[in-house]
Amino acid sequence: MIPHTSTAIVAAGEDVVSPAVSREHYLNVRYGVRSWLLTTDHKRIAWLYLVSISLFFFLGGGFAVLIRLELMTPAGDLVLAETYNKLFTMHGLIMIFFFLVPSIPAVLGNFLIPLMIGARDLAFPRLNLASWYIYTAGGLFTLWAIVAGGVDTGWTFYTPYSSTYANSHVILTALGVFITGFSSILTGLNFIVTIHTMRAPGLTWFRLPLFIWAHYATSLIMILGTPVLAMAILLVGLERLFKIGIFDPALGGDPLLFQHLFWFYSHPAVYIMVLPAMGVISELITCFSRKRIFGYSFIAFSSVAIAVLGFLVWGHHMFVSSQSVYAGMIFSFLSMLVAIPSAVKVFNWTATLYRGSVSYHTPMLYALGFIGLFTIGGLTGLFLASLGLDVHVHDTYFVVAHFHYIMVGGAIMAYLGGLHFWWPKMTGRMYPEGWARLAALILFVGFNLTFFPQFVLGYLGMPRRYHAYPEEFQILNVMSTAGASILGVGYLIPMIYLVWSLRYGAIATANPWQATGLEWTTPSPPPTNNFSRTPLVTREAYAYPLQEADGVV
Amino acid sequence: MRYNLPLFPPQASTVAPQVDALYYFLVAVSAFFIVLIFSLVIYFATKYRRSAPRRAAAVPHDNPRLELLWTLVPLGLTMVMFSWGASLYFDLRQPPADALEIYVLGKQWMWILQHPSGKREINELHVPRGRPVKLTMTSEDVIHSFFIPAFRIKMDVVPGRYTTAWFEATQPGEYHLFCTEYCGTKHSEMIGRVVVMEPVHYQHWLDGSRASTTGSRSSLEVRGAALFEELRCATCHKATLPGVMLGPSLVGLFGRPVQLQNGETVIADEAYIRESILNPAAKLVAGYQPLMPTYRGQVSEEGLVQLISYIRSLGEANEMRAER
Repeated sequence: MIPHTSTAIVAAGEDVVSPAVSREHYLNVRYGVRSWLLTTDHKRIAWLYLVSISLFFFLGGGFAVLIRLELMTPAGDLVLAETYNKLFTMHGLIMIFFFLVPSIPAVLGNFLIPLMIGARDLAFPRLNLASWYIYTAGGLFTLWAIVAGGVDTGWTFYTPYSSTYANSHVILTALGVFITGFSSILTGLNFIVTIHTMRAPGLTWFRLPLFIWAHYATSLIMILGTPVLAMAILLVGLERLFKIGIFDPALGGDPLLFQHLFWFYSHPAVYIMVLPAMGVISELITCFSRKRIFGYSFIAFSSVAIAVLGFLVWGHHMFVSSQSVYAGMIFSFLSMLVAIPSAVKVFNWTATLYRGSVSYHTPMLYALGFIGLFTIGGLTGLFLASLGLDVHVHDTYFVVAHFHYIMVGGAIMAYLGGLHFWWPKMTGRMYPEGWARLAALILFVGFNLTFFPQFVLGYLGMPRRYHAYPEEFQILNVMSTAGASILGVGYLIPMIYLVWSLRYGAIATANPWQATGLEWTTPSPPPTNNFSRTPLVTREAYAYPLQEADGVV
Repeated sequence: MRYNLPLFPPQASTVAPQVDALYYFLVAVSAFFIVLIFSLVIYFATKYRRSAPRRAAAVPHDNPRLELLWTLVPLGLTMVMFSWGASLYFDLRQPPADALEIYVLGKQWMWILQHPSGKREINELHVPRGRPVKLTMTSEDVIHSFFIPAFRIKMDVVPGRYTTAWFEATQPGEYHLFCTEYCGTKHSEMIGRVVVMEPVHYQHWLDGSRASTTGSRSSLEVRGAALFEELRCATCHKATLPGVMLGPSLVGLFGRPVQLQNGETVIADEAYIRESILNPAAKLVAGYQPLMPTYRGQVSEEGLVQLISYIRSLGEANEMRAER
């Protein structure tokens, strides 16, 4: 490693293998730990997030492995009940707050939003770095809680269990989630301001890539929803520490109040995870079918519709909580409505393929897989929104299967698709196509084998968060565990070849996919300032096929 | 390991076939759309796969009619799901008036099931076939949830309030009872069984415990009366005919509307009586002073159920007198 100096500029010709590596870009402009930890470059901050969320992903995945191993047999024989409860709690907490919520926005969004709108950076670069530090601080608190013995409340922190009865590290974990929330709020704020004020000349709202629209909608949810979660968690802490009666009926509180506050954030949070995923899919489908997106404005507005309606459906988590019958009906009705914009997107993506010129590069495999899995996840959401049916499947494995289809089948597939798609831009290297296709296929098979049997388990009545279960549920659980082992392999392969490609991958051109979009008009990897000249936008998004004039600026 | 692969739990209540019918409808709609989307994606992706000479066709990238079609068709279908689900839910939340009453108390990590006859079961519930059963439930500690998959019913059991659920069993047999709200370390051991019996057998089973009780009054009421005595409730609430007293008479109270100080009217159900014992000032009866102290901490959840049963029996006694 070259020691850092304030004016360190790497001499050209240092790496003679390729001219692309010797050209100055954001990765080689400075070296050293400080140049990363004190950077305000959105592209480098995206890498900080990528590394941190990957660590959390494999930690959360490790917990999932233990959960699936325990559930191979009906008896609770691998770990103690206390341990099992901590495993599913920490799996949920880490995967949601430290992986899924930041995944696409903080990595791909951070990297791409300025590039896609022709800006040099986000509106508040130092705030962007601060967001990462806040995220890391929250993550460290949560890791501390895990090392200290863990927490067993479920990621939902339901009261009065969390506020009065749990004997695990609730306060420490809650603090971790509370702190991380601010990272999310600041990122959302940064994105909104950037998208409003820093678009290149000619880049009107309806010329924006749909990725931007999706992130705009997501940012609204982050800003409006996250403070409510912070408040709810704070109140749990106050009740736990000072016995202030808010949620515990023994202290004069109302346990359902917590559920209202918690789901007011946590339902929209599902859309924080899935809206950016939808944004990624719109980019991938258009590029690999060489067509303009079908129904641009319908897809753009459906993101906004989802963000708005998403705030009005939290009560569908409480149909059997003793919430009033009529409240249940209103929430059911609104939940049905929120399904419509999602359906509209799926139909539009499908229609985009019609008479396109479709190629099957890895990102496209992920995009096609996303459409299938998201369709299943969305449709099973309707089962849960149908009141009389939800009574039976509520809090069973049906719910577990449903949200994994949305979050893993949807959000993670899109994240991986996006990561492969923009990998050449981020690193200047291509990933190995053969291995990548294989991994995508393994993930699709492994995913379905893991989670489809859980729909059946749920309808049979197997409750979620069970350490031990009656014998008749075993065969489906064994199928699920078998699938999970395939899924695990599917996640390790990209981890290996992506790291490998950093050094050995083929050199990427500025626009290896012949894609439209401003990010492809600048070299791979981009220079620190993104563009040598501020781009001028004269056309709609996705103006495929690419014209000769659309080369590197 | 059992190798048979069941897809449905047993159908053992009157609502089970109705819930399953809605499930079939949703499975059919989902299957239709999954097949539609998957085949379109696969068909388009293969038919229009990239080959060197061919470019994407310049087809329109907008079609408001098509957008309207795939907005309105799903909307229509979801509205069918909504109405169907809502009407089923409405029935599930309205226990029939003539239902057999059973009190359910959840605590970490067991179920206590109290029959009005005084019979008390732990993690086991015996019920007759062909008769609606209403469950009045509460928790002593955290939130639990009472779930019988074979009956397709579930309701959270929440501390500090009564929740209700009901079912009418149709098939004699033994079924799973699960707690479905995560409640701590032994959540997955908070399970039990529901035994559905032919009415005759149920009567035999009940009579097995009747010997210890006296007279025509059931044990729950008797214990409630003793508790009523012990707590000196009668000092203010004479359990006889109305007169001038510090507190309102409780005779004939149960199930009747009560005029409150603030002008509202409430029905004196289990939840109202429970609240009035634990937090007397919350719903003050019109014409009375807020003199009653709280009994929070002095009466257990089981004691509350006994008191409610006793007060309920006063109402029933009154009705019987009126009939005579």
